[in-house]
Amino acid sequence: MPTPNVALFVTCLGDTLFPDVGKATVTVLERLGITVEFPAEQTCCGQLHFNAGYADEARALGERMERVFAGHEVVVSPSASCAAHVREHVPGLAGRVHELSELLVDRLGVEDLGVSYTGSVTYHPSCHSLRLLHLGDRPLRLLRAVRGLELFELPEAAECCGFGGTFAVKNADVSSAMLADKLASVEATGAGAVCACDSSCLMHIGGGLERRRAPVRALHLAEILAG
Amino acid sequence: MMEAARDARPLPFPQAARLALRDPQLRANIRLATTTIRAKRAAVVSELPDWQQLRDAGRTIKDRALHRLDDVLVELEAAVTRGGGIVHWARDAEEANRVVVDLVRATGADEVVKVKSLTNDEIRLNEALQAGGVRPIKTDLAELIVQLAGERPSHLLVPAIHKNRTEIRDLFRQQLGRPDLSDDPHELAEAARLHLRAAFLRARVAISGLNFAVAETGTCCVVESEGNGRMCLTLPETLITVMGIEKAIPRWDDLGVLLQLLPRSSTGERMNPYTSLWTGVRAGDGPRAFHLVLLDGGRTRVLADPEGRPALRCIRCSACLNICPVYKQTGGHAYHTVYAGPIGAILQPQLSGETGHAATLPFASSLCGACYEVCPVKIDIPRILVHERAKAVRAESQGLEGVSLRFLGRVFAQRRRYERAQRLGRALQRPVVRNGHVRWFVGPLKGWGMSRELPALPLQTFREWWEQRERGT
Repeated sequence: MPTPNVALFVTCLGDTLFPDVGKATVTVLERLGITVEFPAEQTCCGQLHFNAGYADEARALGERMERVFAGHEVVVSPSASCAAHVREHVPGLAGRVHELSELLVDRLGVEDLGVSYTGSVTYHPSCHSLRLLHLGDRPLRLLRAVRGLELFELPEAAECCGFGGTFAVKNADVSSAMLADKLASVEATGAGAVCACDSSCLMHIGGGLERRRAPVRALHLAEILAG
Repeated sequence: MMEAARDARPLPFPQAARLALRDPQLRANIRLATTTIRAKRAAVVSELPDWQQLRDAGRTIKDRALHRLDDVLVELEAAVTRGGGIVHWARDAEEANRVVVDLVRATGADEVVKVKSLTNDEIRLNEALQAGGVRPIKTDLAELIVQLAGERPSHLLVPAIHKNRTEIRDLFRQQLGRPDLSDDPHELAEAARLHLRAAFLRARVAISGLNFAVAETGTCCVVESEGNGRMCLTLPETLITVMGIEKAIPRWDDLGVLLQLLPRSSTGERMNPYTSLWTGVRAGDGPRAFHLVLLDGGRTRVLADPEGRPALRCIRCSACLNICPVYKQTGGHAYHTVYAGPIGAILQPQLSGETGHAATLPFASSLCGACYEVCPVKIDIPRILVHERAKAVRAESQGLEGVSLRFLGRVFAQRRRYERAQRLGRALQRPVVRNGHVRWFVGPLKGWGMSRELPALPLQTFREWWEQRERGT
């Protein structure tokens, strides 16, 4: 089945704070012979506002994203959380948006990207990848196919890292306590890196690891798959 | 006692949570208890191949009841009356309390035995009884512990979940005058049993809540673990039961589904030890007088909101508390409500209005979705949390957060503004950035900086990189 061009929905956070994740997503897709487009009018899908209770702002931003991606048949996002928000709350775009591992495994039928990685990795299934998108073991299948990558199982993997958008600031104490548990689990694996499908959760976990000066990197799935 | 609702000005959740987080013993107790109960639940749920279908059935049963609740309640009243019971309708807590206190006083009794009931706690019935000269005696072991300690319950189902057995031993040694006690659970339970037995034998009036009320037969149902409920429901001459109107279910057969869902979800048991069912009164068996008080107490308000309404499906199993990563850190006291945890965070603001302390509860969640996954009647709690947040945002100014997010909404509304903001951010961050990290956490970033570093804005955004690449090729 010929794959049409893929439009990248990079997310506002990815665009502004984690450009490497977007670049890695482009690398992965182009290596598979896919033409990537980047509709430059895109900003934010409205998830931040929606989850914080600002429904009007969220609706306007969602409708804006519908217009920006109109005409793009396949849209990919390296954020499970934003993909889930769009799928649930932006009806005009819902059926066309795919999280990166969904696109690779389900639509493109690829698990082995032919890349290698030196070191050990533990995978944190972010809440929205797990319970809203139901990604299941797709990211793990992709990671298992990476040459040289040692995959360590994360204890209590399904437990939230405590990010939760504005929750991390509004309820900073509870969020920090949840993060401490997650970091303890990550460190217990002894892995050199923690991987996830959401830059937001990785910003949280990575920020905690840096504060502790733990020798563990926070890496997005795309960054590993880009080789 | 119901100190929870008695707090004149309960702390907003974030502040109350901060206090709870400083108590290592409390946190260790909650962690151990929730971990244990989570595992038990998971084990008994995995035994059932049709668990998901049961959840669907549970949701449908409760929804069907709620959609025609007016008819269901009238049907229930007729059936209870046919069985020899008397039904009273109460608009709010005050009316319900007045009915109950008057009924007790009419019997001449000056004390009542009580079965654990959240609805009783919700309306502060104990205070009303005491004010009316009636002594309420709680007969559930955990409630007895909480009552003796002069504390408040911290969990829907396990009110003393925050206490370990050493703490309970010390409490019983003092309060029950039993310096001989060890921390052996059997010995502690036996001490409580002896203490309570006298009250059961003496009592002339019992007050209970209920789990389900079957409209077609008029049958009331209480599930419990200790047998104290069975004692209360069968020994005294007069039984008064207070139920929230959302507890009514249309048909007898509905119990077949709900009685599978409830014990597995709540205590992690296939069947709870005691399930009491009664229909009105019966000569020579059980109470001679039965009164059923139907409480609205804000429920029709919840029912009127299609988005928030599913919260009324709740069967009070507390699986959402046990799975919640926030509850696991803070325990129930931080919520300062009868209904704690995720369900409390969507129910309390709906019942009492989305203002003040109650308005902080819907924000006490990372929206991780674990509660929805375990809910036996499939209440999409995260969805309602967000709905309640929106109501809170409309009802009250959110200060700096509101200003920032509305401003950000305007920035995101236009590509040019958004790109300008990205460039501006990069320029403005210079004084607070060192080695690629934000080094000075101000305003809303303070909370973030408590335990996390924050990467500085990179030299190039993704879109700038993309544009450069497009130009280059």
